Amino acid sequence: MNTKENLEETGTMRKVDVSAVLNEDSVTDDQLETCIDVSGLNLYYAKDKQALIDINLTIPRQRVTAFIGPSGCGKSSLLRCFNRMNDLVDDCVIEGNIVLDGENIYERAIDVADLRRRVGMVFQKPNPFPKSVYENVAYGLRIQGINNKRVLDEVVEESLKAAALWDEVKDRLHDSALGMSGGQQQRLVIARTIAVEPEVLLLDEPASALDPISTLKIEELINELKQTYTIIIVTHNMQQAARVSNYTAFMYMGNMVEFDTTDNIFTNPKEKQTEDYITGRYG
Amino acid sequence: MTIKLAKWINKGTPWIWFNAGAVAISIVMVIGLLLLLAVRGLSHFWPHDVMRANYAPPTTSPELQVTQVIGEFVESETIPAIQIASSGIPVDETQESYRRDLLKLGNRDVTGADFIWVLNDFVSDIEYPANLITLERREWGNFYGFITEVRENGNAVASSNPEQPGDDTAWNAFNVRLQRALSIYDQIFEIENDEIGQINYQMERLRLRERRLEIDGENTPEAIAAINADRAELDEQYEGFQLQLVELYESVNRDTAVFQAANEAQLEIDLADVVLAYRPNQMGFFAKIGAYGHKLGEFLTDEPREANTEGGIFPAIFGTVMMVMLMSVFVTPFGVVAAVYLREYAKQGIITRTIRIAVNNLAGVPSIVYGVFGLGFFIYILGGEIDQLFYPEALPAPTFGTPGLLWASLTLALLTVPVVIVATEEGLARIPRSVREGSLALGATKFETLWRVVLPMASPAMMTGLILAVARAAGEVAPLMLVGVVKLAPSLPLDGNYPYLHLEQKFMHLGFHIYDVGFQSPNIEAARPLVFATALLLVIVIAILNLTAVALRNHLREKYKALDV
Repeated sequence: MNTKENLEETGTMRKVDVSAVLNEDSVTDDQLETCIDVSGLNLYYAKDKQALIDINLTIPRQRVTAFIGPSGCGKSSLLRCFNRMNDLVDDCVIEGNIVLDGENIYERAIDVADLRRRVGMVFQKPNPFPKSVYENVAYGLRIQGINNKRVLDEVVEESLKAAALWDEVKDRLHDSALGMSGGQQQRLVIARTIAVEPEVLLLDEPASALDPISTLKIEELINELKQTYTIIIVTHNMQQAARVSNYTAFMYMGNMVEFDTTDNIFTNPKEKQTEDYITGRYG
Repeated sequence: MTIKLAKWINKGTPWIWFNAGAVAISIVMVIGLLLLLAVRGLSHFWPHDVMRANYAPPTTSPELQVTQVIGEFVESETIPAIQIASSGIPVDETQESYRRDLLKLGNRDVTGADFIWVLNDFVSDIEYPANLITLERREWGNFYGFITEVRENGNAVASSNPEQPGDDTAWNAFNVRLQRALSIYDQIFEIENDEIGQINYQMERLRLRERRLEIDGENTPEAIAAINADRAELDEQYEGFQLQLVELYESVNRDTAVFQAANEAQLEIDLADVVLAYRPNQMGFFAKIGAYGHKLGEFLTDEPREANTEGGIFPAIFGTVMMVMLMSVFVTPFGVVAAVYLREYAKQGIITRTIRIAVNNLAGVPSIVYGVFGLGFFIYILGGEIDQLFYPEALPAPTFGTPGLLWASLTLALLTVPVVIVATEEGLARIPRSVREGSLALGATKFETLWRVVLPMASPAMMTGLILAVARAAGEVAPLMLVGVVKLAPSLPLDGNYPYLHLEQKFMHLGFHIYDVGFQSPNIEAARPLVFATALLLVIVIAILNLTAVALRNHLREKYKALDV
């Protein structure tokens, strides 16, 4: 396929997507339900190394929220707070509350494994397990003790279909996942994540390691998935944020500078810093 | 010119040559070692030609003393005349040196010594008579000579004239009867080792059961009677076998043959004592290859004879492999669990670091120290305790409180566990963080992540650790001498008697066998080729064990190929 054509195709896709997003927003903004509520969040990797400074944020249900900002601004750190991935970092201290469905996820009583099942995460680099395609998708279910072949078959097929991968891999479900292309692997990881039926999907720069065509597929997929899931995406790519998200948060040096509808952020930012960043004047 | 030289050096060319040279030297040394072992060890099994010659060494007495020698040429060397003269043989000292040859005369029962050095200059009339026979015997080593007569119950049934090359009457009759004797001998061996061995084993168990009842105070008349009934039955079986044996022995001792050795010495040999007979001087190349294969096969599959200097070394091969496998079974789980704790669960701090250093240093402790530890802790303390608790009936004879297979395997497992820990830790450290996070993000706990993703991916590294452990353990001898290896084990540690695997038994080991044959043998000349052959075999056994593990590791690597992204 000719690259130029692809780009043009992507271009038209963009327009359609953005307009669709805008329309949707204007219709349903009033009925928004809160999914995650962040208040007074501080995160320290070491005593004198604060990565997040007093973050307050409300993430709406069944919408796509994008975090943008320069490298090291803390957007990934914030994302990893939502499924407590930061617990794995030694000496990481977190203050403040993150309330998911009315429950503070940093309570002692919270079962972290269960939380992570409810809040799925897709990483920057595709990280399939060195197992077959089938076993990758079934992994989360097997963890939960589901080993019934019929149930597994069904869930694997549904998840792969939902991740728009089924047609490509249905004949080689039992081949190693490591033989797939990067884009396929990333969609497999998404399939694996939605197989356990999470409420929230955290996407940490899911397309940054992929080529334009794979990126396009992932973006289409995000559009599909937002019907069902609350999606939070971290991205370096502002066009991507504009294309796929309903809401955008701009972060800078650990601070939440501005959070608004994507439309407002990109067309009418309130903060000077935001405007500088999205127009490329940021140094 | 100097600029050119500097440039040449800077380009790294000499460095490359230096490296390549180091590799080449290493390879040459390894190949040289193997070749030496192969040549010196494997030539022992070749059916060498046997010569007959007259030897007349110079003496101080006026008469020349001529002796006839019959034997195989082994090797030759050149020594200074002065050295010979100083040993009392009046040779011409103006001649600088003499060549002397080592001959294997065999016939230890006739001549007393089965090797002799002869001065090459005084050997004459060398010939290779076609009807010279080499006999391998169960006792007294090889015999070389001519057959003159075959006897049945003392009466001659066939005879030949040794000076008449074509006369094969006695030889043919001898071969027919030898086959019969060998098959009877196999039967005897089977009855003595398998049947009677089993009865003895059961008798011993009965004795222990009786003793046990006595200790527990349950020796009711009924129980004793039951035991006595069992014993009577065994006794009866034993009697039956004994009768069979007497018959077989009579039958096998029926035939003898008369041989003529060097210097016209006559010797009557029981056919039951002969293992193998051949006439090397009239065998063709392919016949010799056949005989060679036969002798090599016998070496690999037979039990040793004559203080380990003859026969095979199968029990030693079996013991080595068995011990290494048991050691692997012990060391792998232990090392892996320890490594997982150190790498995954333990808080990384000064204590963990200290433990890690200690573990690394353990790998450098001399192995004999482990042997002493095994003897002191495993055998005396642990084994003694086990005997008190579980085998009181056998006391004062120890069951586990004495060196044995179990303790040897455990000692070697302890010796090699640092290697497995270090290798596994490195493997765990190499598993990409992203894969662990992927699993955790799906709601897996740390344990599930370890069990389902990390450990399988680290399994090739564990195999690497195991390969290193096997390589070290299989070649270790010093600690084994303290904790379980013996010169001659009466039976294999694995047999048909319940519980089949006898962990408390002592066993033979190739490494120790080399030491024993080479340094503890009364007959050094005869044992030397076996030392080389056994050493070669030890190398081969270790190589096979390692290659198996390597193949397994490659399979695992292929299966859990790490992510390259």
